[in-house]
Parts: sequence; C-alpha cells; structure tokens
Amino acid sequence: MPSDGGVRVADRPPSAPRIEVGKQVAGDVVIDIQNLSLTFRTADAPIHALSQINLQVHSGEFVSLIGPSGCGKTTLMRIVADLEKPTAGEVKVNGMSPAEARLKRAYGYVFQAPALYPWRSVLGNVTLPHEIIGISRSEREEKARRYLDLVGLKGFERKYPWQLSGGMQQRVSIARALSFDPAMLLMDEPFGALDEITRDRMNEELLSIWRKTGKTVIFVTHSIDEAVLLSTRIVVMSARPGRIVEVIDSTLPAERNIETRDSPAAVDLAHRVRLGLKAGHSYDD
Amino acid sequence: MTETAMNGRPRALSPRGRVLPVVVIVCAIIVLWYLLATALNWAQVEERLSNDPMSTSVATMIDGTWSMEHPVLPAPHQVLAEFWKTTFEMSPTSKRSLVYHAWITASATMLGFAFGAILGMLLAAGIVHVRTLDRSLMPWIIASQTVPILAIAPMIIVILGSIGMVGLVPKAIISMYLCFFPVTIGMVKGLRSPDPLQLDLMRTYSASTWAVFWKLRMPASIPFLFASMKVAIAISLVGTIVGELPTGANGGIGARLLSGSYYGQTVQIWSALLMASLLGSAMVYVMGGIERLTLRHMGAPR
Repeated sequence: MPSDGGVRVADRPPSAPRIEVGKQVAGDVVIDIQNLSLTFRTADAPIHALSQINLQVHSGEFVSLIGPSGCGKTTLMRIVADLEKPTAGEVKVNGMSPAEARLKRAYGYVFQAPALYPWRSVLGNVTLPHEIIGISRSEREEKARRYLDLVGLKGFERKYPWQLSGGMQQRVSIARALSFDPAMLLMDEPFGALDEITRDRMNEELLSIWRKTGKTVIFVTHSIDEAVLLSTRIVVMSARPGRIVEVIDSTLPAERNIETRDSPAAVDLAHRVRLGLKAGHSYDD
Repeated sequence: MTETAMNGRPRALSPRGRVLPVVVIVCAIIVLWYLLATALNWAQVEERLSNDPMSTSVATMIDGTWSMEHPVLPAPHQVLAEFWKTTFEMSPTSKRSLVYHAWITASATMLGFAFGAILGMLLAAGIVHVRTLDRSLMPWIIASQTVPILAIAPMIIVILGSIGMVGLVPKAIISMYLCFFPVTIGMVKGLRSPDPLQLDLMRTYSASTWAVFWKLRMPASIPFLFASMKVAIAISLVGTIVGELPTGANGGIGARLLSGSYYGQTVQIWSALLMASLLGSAMVYVMGGIERLTLRHMGAPR
C-alpha cells in the first residue's frame, strides 16, 4: 500500500497491526482515504469542501473528527457512507469502494437527528434495517430487544417516538444502527442536540457500548470534551478548505468514565486539541 | 380560558361549548331563510290575492309566502316536511322515496371515488418515481381540470349512453375525472414529504425503491392522502349529481333535481339538495373516522 501524505498517519506502515494507546488492540485498516477532495460547484465560485484528505482508520478504533462548522467533517463521513461522492482521490472501506461497502451494509449510521419513523413503535424502528435486509420477524425482534436493552430502553418497545424525550429518541436511533450488527458505526454529532447532562450520560453509555461490542466508531463532533473522553484518536480539521490539521493519539486509559475528563491527561489532551484547532485558524474571525 | 391547554395540545371542548356556536349559526340561517322566502315570494302572493282585498293583511301575506305550492324559495318547514315525507314515510324501494334516489347517487359516488382515488394514487406514485412522468404528466393533469367538465358532463353521459354505457358507470366516470386530481396533488406532496435524513437512512441500508416506497414514502403520505380524499369524496358527489341530470329516468338526486325543475316543484328540489348535503357531510364524516382510526393505528397521539 503506498505511503500517503497524511500528517501523523504517514509515520507508520498502515497495514501492520499495531497496539493502540491504552489496551485497545487495533486491527486491520478498515477505512483508507487517499488524497480525497470534494469541490462543490456553485454559481459564483467553487467551494472546496474537502481538500487533500489522507486518513486511515483501523478496526476497533474510536476516531473523532473535530473542527469548526463548515470544515467538512460531516461531508467526509458521508463520503465514507456513500451518501456523497468525492471529486478526487480514493476511498476504500473494508478494501471496497464505499458503494460496495454500503451494499454489503458495512456500517450503521447515526444522524444528527434521531430520524425515527413516527408511525413505527420503538421496536418497529429498531427492526426496520432487518426488515429491509429480510430477516425473519422473530429473529429481528429478538435482536431489536437485545439492543434496546443495551441502550437502556427495555420496556419502551411499544412506545411511539413522540412519547420519548430527545435523549431516548437518539438512543433508539443508536439501537437501530447497532441492530443489524455492522462492524462499523458512523456517528454524526449524535448528541449535538441534547442538553449537557443527557449528553454526559449518553457519552458514558456509548463508551460502554463500544467496549462491549468492539466496533469501529467514526464520531463527528464539535465538542472538545466529548472528543477527548471518547476517542482513541482525534482528527482535528479546519475549514476553507476543509482539511486535516492534526491527528492526536489519545493518552487516556481504555477504562474511562465521566470523571476521566477532569484527569490531568485529559486536560492536557484537550489543550492539544485546542492548539490544533488554533493552528487551523478555527478561532479566527 | 382558551381551547389550548397548558401542554399545547388541544383540549376537548365541553359539549355545551361545542353545541352553542352551531345552534346560533343554524338559528341565524333559518331566520334569514324565512325572511328571504317572504321577500322572494311576496310578488306572487300579492298577485294571487289582489282579487281578494279582504285578505291582504300583512300576517296573511307572510303566511302565504311560507305556504305556497310552487314558491320561488320554499320556507324551511316546507322543505323539512317534504324531506320527512319522502325519506321516512315511503318505502325505500319506491321511486318517489328520497332514500331510493340517495342510494343510487351514493353508490355511483363511491364507485367514482374508488376509481378516482386509485387513479390518483397510481399517477402520484408514477410522478414521484419517474422524472419524465413528472414533467410530461403534470401539465396534462392540471389542464384536465381546466376543462369545464360540469358543463359538458351531460353531453358525455349522452355520448357514453349512445355506445351502450348506462347506469352507474358513466356517472362514476364523471366523478372519477373530477376527484382524482386532489388525490394526485395531495399524494405527490405526501410521497415527497419524508425529510432528507429519513431518506438517507434508507440509503444506508441499501434499501430498494420498492422498500423505500412501502416503508417510508407511503406511510409518510397517509395524512396528506386523507386530507385530499376528504376533498375528493365531496367533489365526487357533485360529479355524480351532475352526471345524473340528463338521465332522469335512471334516478338519483340529480334526477330528482331535474324533475323538480321541470314541474316547478321547488320544494322537491330543495329537499333533494338537503339530502345531497347530508349525504356529502356523512361521506366526509365517515372518511374522517377512517382517517382517525388509521392514524391511531399508526401511533399518532390520541
């Protein structure tokens, strides 16, 4: 595999298995992004949404994309999910094109909003992916119940979305993304609309889900605290054009909880993220 | 205080709060109707009584305007009496029974509505999924509604009759022609109503167009569909009645209107109109009931 021009990813052979910070063992490369660019044509001037992105994500990693609004972090993830097409460069997901990976249902996507179907019960929303894939009713309901239990919504199966709070709705959407057991979770600011108390609890729950399932997670956020607490690697991005400024390996232990955020290592990590954002002129104007 | 409770959801009005405004409006209409009947029938009564100077007191005059056999505008009690007589005091199988005619109209309306709703839904599904259909069909669908179908409906009935189509079907065709339009418009809007995230979600599952239609677009369109079907069924009734006008012999509310106007039976016309409006209200009401049941089944807040 050719070496790329990435900031930190370039200084290790990408395909070799390696030991991640903490005790997390990272496996093969599951996402490989080479020289990726995306330019939107508009009436006046072209907008460089993403420019020369190089990034590799290994199996089992929790990678956060952080940056100011308009830095293309959501767009980058949508390209991985084949919801958007790049104008240049190459993306491989599990060694395939994003379109092939999507057809093989390689990932579960959690959107900014829960995007639940209001005419379906909580259980009906979580069984939706399996209904489309074509799994028997008993099996998909059993799986759905298991993941609803995992996100702490046991007993809410028969409720409808409007009967749940925003945090509960987002947990339903996480259970829905987990329900068909994809190896990868793509999460686009899933807790962005929640209040801070709910968000803290959701962060802890997500950490425990990630530990239990060992999935690869790509997590878009604009909260430094959230990125520090959750990630094994933090990708700092900047806007105009959207590019990667720095990739920071987490120095936090694998066992984390909400208090870990106040530890010296976490404070130091947050400081480094801030410096990275500053270097990308994220605090200008 | 207001109809809206603290939590922002509408609170059911007390029975008195619901009934009072209706009673007030009905009373106002009845009073106005009596006044109009007096004003419009006055000249005829005056003419008839001019030979008899003894009975020209205002009271007899007013009484006369409310009890004519062929009034310009019959008084409400005359219409109600005729309505009662032809609805409840006659066998429903008799050709003089309003129930008999209402049934003929109702069955043609429901047939036409069923045709129209199915046609409307099929067109909407085609328009949403095939871009060329969107471009090519939509202008024709809109143009179709600019044809004054109510004006040419009698001719269409006569033409269809001459090629052997008689009975319910020609009337149902007129009513279908009128009522598919709101269904198409509402359904297209409904099928396009899912937000981008809900559609993206389907894409992440690599769902087929078929699955997107049945699991997302169709359920999302149901509230829109019912709103337009309520409009459509009322229009469908109008279409059927117009379709009945030229074929008086086959019966129906339209035939009642026609024979009433032949013989100057204004009381009969008005009681047929009353029946038509009751029929229309009942159909819209039933549709509303089906809507409530369906939406409740789909988890809507009660």
